[in-house]
Amino acid sequence: MNKYVGTGVVKSDAKALTTGKPVYTDDLAPADCLIVKVLRSPHAHALITNINTNIAMKVPGIVCVLTHEDVPQCRFTMAGQTYPEPSPYDRLILDRRVRFVGDAVAIVAGETEQAVDKALKLIKVEYKVLEPILDMRKAKDNKILVHPEESWKSLCPVGADNMRNLCASGSDSHGDVEGTFAKCDVVIERTYRTKQNQQAMMETFRTYTQLDTYGRLNVISSTQVPFHVRRILSHALDIPKTQIRVIKPRLGGGFGAKQTVVTEVYPAIVTLKTGRPAKIVYSRYESMIASSPRHSMELTVRMGATNDGIIKVIDLYTLSNTGAFGEHGPTTVGLSAHKPIPMYGKQEAFRFTWDVVYTNTLSAGAYRGYGATQGIFAVESTVNELAEMLNIDPVKMREINLVKQGQVMPAYYGETATSCALDRCVERVKNMIDWDKKVKPITLPNGKIRAVGIAMAMQGSGISNVDVGSVTIRMGDDGDYNMLIGCTDMGTGCDTILAQMAADCLDCDMKNIAVYASDTDVSPYDSGSYASATTYVTGMACVKACEELRDKILLTGAEMLKVNVDDVYFDGQKVYVVAEPEKFVTRKQVGYKGQCFSNRELAATVSHSSPTSPPPFMAGAAEIELDPETGKVELIDYCAAVDCGTPINPNLARVQTEGGIVQGIGMALYEDIIYDDKGVNYSNSFMQYKIPSRLDINKVRVEFESSYEPSGPFGAKSIGEVVINTPSPAIASAVATACGVRIRELPITAEKIVMGLKINKKS
Amino acid sequence: MFTIDNYVKAETLEQAYSLNQKKTATILGGCGWLKMGNRSIKTAIDLSGLGLDKIEETDTEFRLGCMVTLRQIETNEAINSYFGDAIKESLRHIVGVQFRNCVTIGGSIWGRFGFSDPLTLMLALGAEVQLYHAGKVKLSDFVNMPHDRDILTHVILPKNNQKTHYITHRATATDFPVIACCVSKLPEDFRDNGFRVAIGARPQRASLVLDTNGILNEGITEESANKFADYVADTLNFSSNMRGSADFRRHLTRVLVRRALLALNQEV
Amino acid sequence: MSKVLISFTLNGKKIEDAVSPDQPLLDYVREKGCKSVKRGCETSNCGLCTVLMDGKPVLSCTMLAVRADGHDIITLEGKQQEAEEIGSYLAKEGAEQCGFCSPGLIMNIIAMKDELTNPSEDEIREYLSGNLCRCTGYVSQLRAIKAYLASKEDCQ
Repeated sequence: MNKYVGTGVVKSDAKALTTGKPVYTDDLAPADCLIVKVLRSPHAHALITNINTNIAMKVPGIVCVLTHEDVPQCRFTMAGQTYPEPSPYDRLILDRRVRFVGDAVAIVAGETEQAVDKALKLIKVEYKVLEPILDMRKAKDNKILVHPEESWKSLCPVGADNMRNLCASGSDSHGDVEGTFAKCDVVIERTYRTKQNQQAMMETFRTYTQLDTYGRLNVISSTQVPFHVRRILSHALDIPKTQIRVIKPRLGGGFGAKQTVVTEVYPAIVTLKTGRPAKIVYSRYESMIASSPRHSMELTVRMGATNDGIIKVIDLYTLSNTGAFGEHGPTTVGLSAHKPIPMYGKQEAFRFTWDVVYTNTLSAGAYRGYGATQGIFAVESTVNELAEMLNIDPVKMREINLVKQGQVMPAYYGETATSCALDRCVERVKNMIDWDKKVKPITLPNGKIRAVGIAMAMQGSGISNVDVGSVTIRMGDDGDYNMLIGCTDMGTGCDTILAQMAADCLDCDMKNIAVYASDTDVSPYDSGSYASATTYVTGMACVKACEELRDKILLTGAEMLKVNVDDVYFDGQKVYVVAEPEKFVTRKQVGYKGQCFSNRELAATVSHSSPTSPPPFMAGAAEIELDPETGKVELIDYCAAVDCGTPINPNLARVQTEGGIVQGIGMALYEDIIYDDKGVNYSNSFMQYKIPSRLDINKVRVEFESSYEPSGPFGAKSIGEVVINTPSPAIASAVATACGVRIRELPITAEKIVMGLKINKKS
Repeated sequence: MFTIDNYVKAETLEQAYSLNQKKTATILGGCGWLKMGNRSIKTAIDLSGLGLDKIEETDTEFRLGCMVTLRQIETNEAINSYFGDAIKESLRHIVGVQFRNCVTIGGSIWGRFGFSDPLTLMLALGAEVQLYHAGKVKLSDFVNMPHDRDILTHVILPKNNQKTHYITHRATATDFPVIACCVSKLPEDFRDNGFRVAIGARPQRASLVLDTNGILNEGITEESANKFADYVADTLNFSSNMRGSADFRRHLTRVLVRRALLALNQEV
Repeated sequence: MSKVLISFTLNGKKIEDAVSPDQPLLDYVREKGCKSVKRGCETSNCGLCTVLMDGKPVLSCTMLAVRADGHDIITLEGKQQEAEEIGSYLAKEGAEQCGFCSPGLIMNIIAMKDELTNPSEDEIREYLSGNLCRCTGYVSQLRAIKAYLASKEDCQ
């Protein structure tokens, strides 16, 4: 049986990380790197009419100052997606038009940070200030255009139109929507709003670049998508892809933020212009005002049901704000419907309509959950409201409606739920939190109210028909293995998880496998670590590569033993003749044979891509204590049951879940990007954008209800994203149960609760 | 981040004072707030060699040197046993232990920051500050004085048998308060009954409210606490910022003053 | 700008140096090769840069290098044995995750162990509340820290 898969193996980089070894981008950058910084726009919308860099250039130590006149004029997208990217090509490295407060105006490179800071202050920029669009509700067909430029282009048919401020739009449906509504006993319609949120990984965006021996641009970057970085840089800089090599060291977190090419272009163009190594390290301030947060959305849900609670039809309209640029705009919006709606298995019809609009705010990007989080908040909250309306227990609502294994999910691209333990997840969470006892709120002697709320979630495992994961595994001198991968461990542990799989496939110890990731010159192609793809997609590539290598080991062993390949077996240590087990060659002997008079490389490179994206499922339940006088919500307990298929490494899967839930709690209760009426982002630091601290989190309990996904490696599905989706709707529901106030716009602040209570009191 | 041209570790207060008369000079506290700005400092004056990092107790007062860190106060047994839980409660939410090991009480009080927990606490405790040039000044007066070129050398907490309760509302545990409230009962004097309420994070600087109408003359009851809470909430000005609206702050003030008074009653 | 002569110990090594008066201790110790010390913010909120000054945890982003004068500064490079031990407890839970906050957290765990005896769960959470982590959600770290402290108790 499996020796490693299913066990909580310690991550192979753990010791280096916990003893503080210099393994991250900025730790590795040469000391003589030019320091690169970006001058940023103070205006939300303006045209640069003049830039004078003469005085700045005279600051001792300044090596170059670049403006929009110095950069290639081919538009590109910074979204780390497979080509052709659905995100529109709407960027230049530096543009004459600035589109949000913080947009790049000039690039300065110098010998010291002090010189660069001084030069930044001495660049004289004249702007023609334009009226911005800050409200996403007013963006579509507004006379103000965020991208009026003729060179704007959309590569994919996503309903984009820059002359209407549309990054994407469209509609999708199944069945007779209006006919089904007409048959329903009850129809509920509600509108929910979610705000931009920051991934807030501890390591901010950073990159350094240098030219190698061959004069090629080497890019060492904290990125989730090295291969996409290479392609995007080639577009942005207008140089051939062969001239670029991208290397990813250890990452200090990503959560999707680093699926956008936020910093790479700046030092890259400096190195190309000067020939010198260059680095940029974003401050936390820059990571807050010029990054790639979650799309804010407004979602209107119409839901039709029978009196006994059977949900027959869901109609969702999502308005999504992509901000100043279109990164991930056309794709995130889709998940707002495709993840929540399929969880309800008794629907006869659904409809989804969407608009993704440009505004003069921070360009949004990919953040764990990727639109599903917003959609699940809206749909799960509506289900909870419907349950209240029909006087049905919210758990029962789910039990009678949820999708079951084997069912076809029309709202999920018609995929079949080949592995689904959602029913068991709901049951488990119900027991974990002692739902039946707590379903009615209790007022404590101190006046505070305890209440519970529940929500379900699903996500995907990679992007079906798109994502590619590849693994190269080869046998070396003494029969040990090297595994090369192109996915990107950002703390998630995929380097370790894939080694667990490989060790079990090859029946060896994990210490026999050296893993290396990732480097576009060395690693086989991988789309990168996003969309919850790595364990499922690259994991399957790993299984297939090991199988192929085993075949080669058998062939070589059989030749060495001078028998037919069908007569030998490889047990991980030796290739032996099945009928005469005393006749064998060791792995080591096979390894050396591969290096001496051999025409067979003992290596396999295999790519894997999946036509489906089997969803992981989960249920989450929150128990809160609400102070009805101050509106303060304290989270007492959060219980989660997750179906990620086979958890390859239960420890790492558990921490993923706990971490995702806590990010979800932050989003639910206080994380918020707040702009003033000029478009200035106030939430520009950890002082003003509060993520949960250790004191804000009480109990978080996680259990697994595993299904077995036949198309996944060892039965695995994904875990990375699904885990962030339940807190907002579960907590909102608990708040409503506790005090009768439904908060439909995140975050669920104390003030909103108090003001809601005051309104309820009046009416 | 600020820049410094010259750094002077002061050898006497007189030297520090005279250097500080230039507008381009700055006295360094723990630098927690200073580092958020981009000031160009010609002369940075460090008082850390002057022995001002001590907490001294006499029969009548605690004298906190301006370089005493918030963590020193938080962990000082004598102060905590004299004033009770209010001290810890006012400090423990401030960012984290490492931060409180850096920042000084002198810097905190000198800054007279709107969000300041220590300022709110110490106003209610009836504290005074020792200024190098101007001498002893009541904190309740100092809080409204403009920033001048003087040096705050000590914060003085009088031993008045104060009973104190500190309570805040925060969006997250280590965030600035949305509203901070400290009630204290000092001995009665010829003017009033000794009840003091300081409300911080309005979000302007903390303000002190006395019970000049004698609402609490008959002691704290549910009714008098409510009445006094209304009085405080209706007397003070509140404004809005990203942490909360003026209305919400006024509402919270009503709740927190009442709760603090009732809690104080329990403690007495 | 005039540099200032300072004399202090860094991880047990006596150092005399001229430093810029406005250089944070964080940048100085990184220049000296102590790359474990990380910067996660500019507002003193994250705790990634925690070092020990005379045994007390301080934020090296907020502490000026000049103020190290006469003091004893220790970074994780000077606490490798403890780092390995505490790190192994974190790793057993998977609680190091991306690892970027681990050095600062471990420095503060070391300080906590020296300062508090037998801390309760709430005391641990409060002492470490200035160490932000975005990966783990903290609960695995709490399990690891409790296990580590329990193992230390057993030794005593």
